[in-house]
Amino acid sequence: MSTAVKTEFQLSSGVPQGPLSEKWTTHKSNIRLVSPANKMNIDIIVVGTGLAGGSAAATLAELGYNVKAFCFQDSARRAHSIAAQGGINAAKNYVGDGDSIYRLFYDTIKGGDYRAREANVYRLAEVSSNIIDQCVAQGVPFARDYGGLLDNRSFGGVQVSRTFYAKGQTGQQLQLGCYSALNRQIARGKVNMYSRHEMMELVIIDGKARGIIARDLITGEIQRHSAHAVVIASGGYGNVFYLSTNAMGSNVSAGWKIHKKGAFFANPCFTQIHPTCIPVSGDYQSKLTLMSESLRNDGRIWVPKKLEDAQAIRKGKKSPEDIPENQRDYFLERRYPAFGNLVPRDVASRAAKERCDAGYGVNVTGDAVFLDFQSAIERYGKEQAHLKGLDENNPEVTMKLGREVVQAKYGNLFQMYEKIVDQNPYVTPMKIYPAVHYTMGGVWVDYNLMTTIPGCFCIGEANFSDHGANRLGASALMQGLADGYFVLPYTIGDYLADDIRTGPISIDSKEFEKAEQHVQSQIDELIHQKGSKSVDYFHKKLGRLIWDYCGMSRNEKGLREAVEKIKELHQDFQKNVFVPGRANEYNEELAKACRVADFFELGLLMAIDALDRTESCGGHFREESQTPQGEARRDDEHFMYVAAWEYTGKPTSPKLHKEELIYHDIEVKSRSYK
Amino acid sequence: MNIKLKIWRQKNAASKGKFEKYALNEINPEMSFLEMLDVLNEQLISSGESPVAFDHDCREGICGTCSLFINGRAHGPDRFVTTCQLHMRRFKHGDTITIEPFRAKAFPVIKDLVVDRTSFDRIQQSGGFISVNTSGNTQDANAIPIPKEDADLSFEAAACIGCGACVAACKNASAMLFVSAKVSQYALLPQGQVESKRRVKNMVAQMDEEGFGNCTNTGACEIECPKGISLENIARMNREFLLG
Amino acid sequence: MGILKSSILRKVAMALSGLFLVVFLIQHFTINFSSVISPSTFNQWSHFMGYHGLVQFVLQPILIFGIVFHFVMGFILEIQNKKSRGVPYAQFKGSKNASWVSRNMIISGGVVLLFLVLHFIDFWIPEMEHKYVEGSMFNAELIDEQRYYEELVHKFEPYWRVIVYVLSFVFLSMHLYHGFSSSFQTLGLKNSVKKSLLLVTRAFAIVIPLGFIVIALYHHLFSVHHLPYP
Repeated sequence: MSTAVKTEFQLSSGVPQGPLSEKWTTHKSNIRLVSPANKMNIDIIVVGTGLAGGSAAATLAELGYNVKAFCFQDSARRAHSIAAQGGINAAKNYVGDGDSIYRLFYDTIKGGDYRAREANVYRLAEVSSNIIDQCVAQGVPFARDYGGLLDNRSFGGVQVSRTFYAKGQTGQQLQLGCYSALNRQIARGKVNMYSRHEMMELVIIDGKARGIIARDLITGEIQRHSAHAVVIASGGYGNVFYLSTNAMGSNVSAGWKIHKKGAFFANPCFTQIHPTCIPVSGDYQSKLTLMSESLRNDGRIWVPKKLEDAQAIRKGKKSPEDIPENQRDYFLERRYPAFGNLVPRDVASRAAKERCDAGYGVNVTGDAVFLDFQSAIERYGKEQAHLKGLDENNPEVTMKLGREVVQAKYGNLFQMYEKIVDQNPYVTPMKIYPAVHYTMGGVWVDYNLMTTIPGCFCIGEANFSDHGANRLGASALMQGLADGYFVLPYTIGDYLADDIRTGPISIDSKEFEKAEQHVQSQIDELIHQKGSKSVDYFHKKLGRLIWDYCGMSRNEKGLREAVEKIKELHQDFQKNVFVPGRANEYNEELAKACRVADFFELGLLMAIDALDRTESCGGHFREESQTPQGEARRDDEHFMYVAAWEYTGKPTSPKLHKEELIYHDIEVKSRSYK
Repeated sequence: MNIKLKIWRQKNAASKGKFEKYALNEINPEMSFLEMLDVLNEQLISSGESPVAFDHDCREGICGTCSLFINGRAHGPDRFVTTCQLHMRRFKHGDTITIEPFRAKAFPVIKDLVVDRTSFDRIQQSGGFISVNTSGNTQDANAIPIPKEDADLSFEAAACIGCGACVAACKNASAMLFVSAKVSQYALLPQGQVESKRRVKNMVAQMDEEGFGNCTNTGACEIECPKGISLENIARMNREFLLG
Repeated sequence: MGILKSSILRKVAMALSGLFLVVFLIQHFTINFSSVISPSTFNQWSHFMGYHGLVQFVLQPILIFGIVFHFVMGFILEIQNKKSRGVPYAQFKGSKNASWVSRNMIISGGVVLLFLVLHFIDFWIPEMEHKYVEGSMFNAELIDEQRYYEELVHKFEPYWRVIVYVLSFVFLSMHLYHGFSSSFQTLGLKNSVKKSLLLVTRAFAIVIPLGFIVIALYHHLFSVHHLPYP
C-alpha cells in the first residue's frame, strides 16, 4: 500500500440520497443482494455475542450464511448486554402521548448534542418498532398492564413514555431473546459457536477482511479462522477507566486490532458517565454498580445547602434525616426546572460532580450525593390511601402504602443496593455518584456499518454511529438490536455480492501465517517479560489517570499531562509487567495483559481526541468551553464533525479525518434542559 | 479482619486436584467476596505463584458467570445472591472459608474453580427458543394481549441467569430447575405454544444425555437459586412433559 | 431402561408406584386396625384377602411388582444420582436448603425394605407355606378361618419385634412425609392443588404409621394377656 493513497483517503459515509424518511427504504431496495444459493457458500465471522453480535449472528444464519460466532465468555448468553437494566426505546406511541419516529429521532440527535449522523439515527428510530414486535414474538416477557398490553415508562432526557421494560432486567431478557435465536441457528448447524475464545488479530488479504486469529482461552491454542466478512460486535471500551459499570472482561481489543489494521476510530473521547451508580468505597474496588436511571423518575437528588452539614454527614455526626427540607439543595431541580431530576445523563453527572467538587459530597470519600425516595413514598402513599379510602393524613398508613408502590416499581434495585451497601434505601436515602457506563465513540462505520476496511463491519456499542456525544437512556439496547437484527444482515449483502464466486478462503496463506506469528510473538513477549507488577496494578493506574484527566471534565493542561503520563506508564507496563503461567494453558492474567496493552493505546487516543476537541459537547466537557453559568458550550462552527482517527503505526501520532455532519431535517439548537 | 482459605486447586481438566490453604490478613469487610479473591491473587502473583482461577464477569449478579461452592453452599451462605454480591462482612475474623468448584459430572472442572457449563448451552440449543425468524414482518407486539399474571410468571421464570447453582446445590446434581425455568417461560406465553411439546421433550432428553441427576424434589435448588426461581416451574415442566 | 429412558418418566413411575403403595397402606391399615376393634371382623377380612382368587392371583402379584419396582427403581436412581455428582464435595451443607427426610429417602426407604424382609418372614412366608406347600388354598379341610387374630397377637408378644416395628414405622413416616407430597410435584399438579393436598399428605404420613405403631403396642400390651379370646 502506498502512503499516497492513504493520505488522500476521503471518508464517505455512503448515506443514500433522497428525503430522510425514505432513505432506508430506498437503500434497502437498491442495494445488491446475495441469492440463497450463494449465501450457503459465504462464511461470516461475528466477534461478540451481545445484543448486536448475537442478533446479527442469528439473523445472518437465518438468511443462509455460514456463521462463526466468537465470545470470550463461557456462554454466548453472558455478554454484558445482559446487565442493562432500564429498558428499550421504540417509537410505538402505544401510550398516545405524541411520540413518533421523528420525535425519537429528534430526541436522540438532540440528546447526542448534534454529533451523530442524521441518516443513521433516523433509520434507528424507524426500525425501533420492529424490534419490539420481534422480541415479543421471540417470547421476551416485557412488562404488561392488566389489559394484557405492553407497558411503557419514561426515561431521562425525553418528554414521552416510549420505554419498554422487563422489571429492572430488560437487557437480560433481550439478551436471552437473541441468545435463543442464536441457539436455534446453532442447533440448525448454521452457526458454529466458539465460546471462551478471544479475537487476537484481523487478517487482511488483498485489502479485504478475510478472517481472524483467535485464542482458545482454555487451552491457549492460537487458531486461524477465515471468512468472507468479519463483523465486530465487541461492545464498548469503558473498562479503559478500570472502574466502570462494564463487566470485568469487557475490552476494546477486537475494535483496537481492526483499528491498527486500518479501521478508523471515531470520537474516542465521547464517553458516558452515568449519574446513578453506587459510589466507590475503597481501593480494593473492582467494579462499579449501576442503579437504573429509572430511579430518577421518583428519586430526588440533593446535597445539604450548608457546607458544615455536608461535613457533619461525612463524619457520621449527622444523618440525612437530620437535615430539614429547607436546608437541602435539590440541585438538579434548582438548575434545570423544566426537566428536574430527569435531565440527560451527562448533565446530571456533571451537576453532581460540581457539588462534590465544591465540598458538598455526602460519603466518606466526599464523592456522593443523595437520591431520596421520601417524597415519592409520601406522594404514592397519599394516592393509595385516597384510592383505598384510608386516612391520607396518617403518616404510618401512607408510609406503608407508599413503600409498597415503590417496592413494586424498584424492588429489585433497592434490594441490590441494600446487598452491596448494607443500608435500607426505603429509610435512608441512597448515595450515588457518577460512573463510567457507556462509550459513544468507537470504530467509524459508514451507512452500511462497514469500517474503512472493506469487508470488516462494526455494530452495536463498538461502533460510533448513533449516539453522538451523549446517549439517552434505553437507547443502547435499541441500537444493538437494530444493527444486529435489521440493518447489518441486509447491508452486508451489498458487500458480499462481489464474493459469490470467491469460494472458501484458505487459512494457509502467507497473510494468515504472518498474522498468527504476530500474535504469537506478542504473547511470547508478555509471558517472557520478567517484570514484578501485576496487570491489575497497571490497569488501575491507567484507569485513575484517564478518570482524573479525561473523565467528567477535561482541560488542555490536564490532557497534555495525561498524554505524557499514559506514555510513561505504558513504557513501564511493557518493561515491568509480570504475567505468571504459560501461554498454552488457561491463563486469565495473560488474557488480561493482552487487553490492557490495547487499553493503553486507546487511552492515549482518547486523550489526544479530547485535546483536539476544544468545545464542550455531550459527555465531553472542556472546562475552557463553558457558559458563565457553568453549562457546556458547544462550538458548532468548528466542531460539527466526527473525528475519525487513522492509525499511523505510531500510537502517539494518529491522523485525524473529519466527517462533516450536515443536518437537513433538524434545526441545530443549543441543548437546554432549563 | 484476618481469614483463612481452603481452596480447591486443579491445574487442568486432566489433572487431579487438591485443597491448598492460604491466609489473608486485613481484609476489609466491605469488600465483595470476589474482591477478596482478587487480593489473594495479587499476593500470589507478587510471590510468583499461580493465581487462583475463578469465573466472574459482570460482578453485579446478572451475568451468571460466577459460581463457587463456599462453606458447603452454592454462592455462599446468603439467599438470593450470587458470589459476586456476597460481601466479606458476612464472615468473621478468624473464619476458615472452604471454596470448591460447582461439582457435577456435567460441569467438568477446567481449572481450579472454573467449570465448564456448556451442557446448559446444549440444553438450550435442543429447544430453548421460539422458532421465529427476524424478518421484521412479525405481527404487532400488542396483537396478542397476554394476561399480566402469565406475563409476570413467565418473566420470573425467564429471570434465570444460568449460573448452575441449582445443579451444584442439588444432592443429585439435577438440572431440573434450570430446564424447567426455560420451559415455563415459553409455556406461559401464547407465542411459545405451537412447539411446546417438542420443546419439552427435546430439552429433557438433552438434559438426561448430559448426565445430570434425577430430581427428588428436595427443593434445595429453589433455596440456593440467586434469582429465586420457583419449584413450581418443575411441576409445570413435568405437566408439560406428561401432556406432551 | 427401555420405555423409562427419560428421567421424568422414571420419576413419574416412582411417584405412581409410590402412590399405589400408599393406597395399599390404607387398605392394610384398615384391616389391621380392625384387629383392635373387633377380632372377628379382622379374621373375616383377613380370610377374604387370603383366599379370594382375585386378591391372591391378581392383586397380590401387582402389589409385589409395585414393591419390587419401587425399591429397584429407587436404588437405580440413587446410584445414578450419586454418579451425577462426580467428585464429591468436601463440605456440603445439605441441611441448609432441604429437609433431612427429603435428602435421605434412600435411608428411610432402605429401613422400610429391611422391615419388609422381617415382615415377610413373619407373616407372608408362613402364609404362603400354609397355602401352597401345605395346600390350604386348594384343600378346604385345612382352612381355619379363625386363626389370623391369634397369629397376629402372638407375633407381638416379644418386645424386640415391637421395637423393630415401631422404629420401622417411624422411618416409614419420614419416607411418606416427603414421598407422598413429592409425588404430586412429580406428576405436575398445579400449586393451588398441591397446597391443599400438602396438609392431607403430611397428616397421612404421620397418622397412618402412628396407627400401625398403636396397633403393635396395643397387641403387645393388652391383647397377649387375654388369649385365647372368647
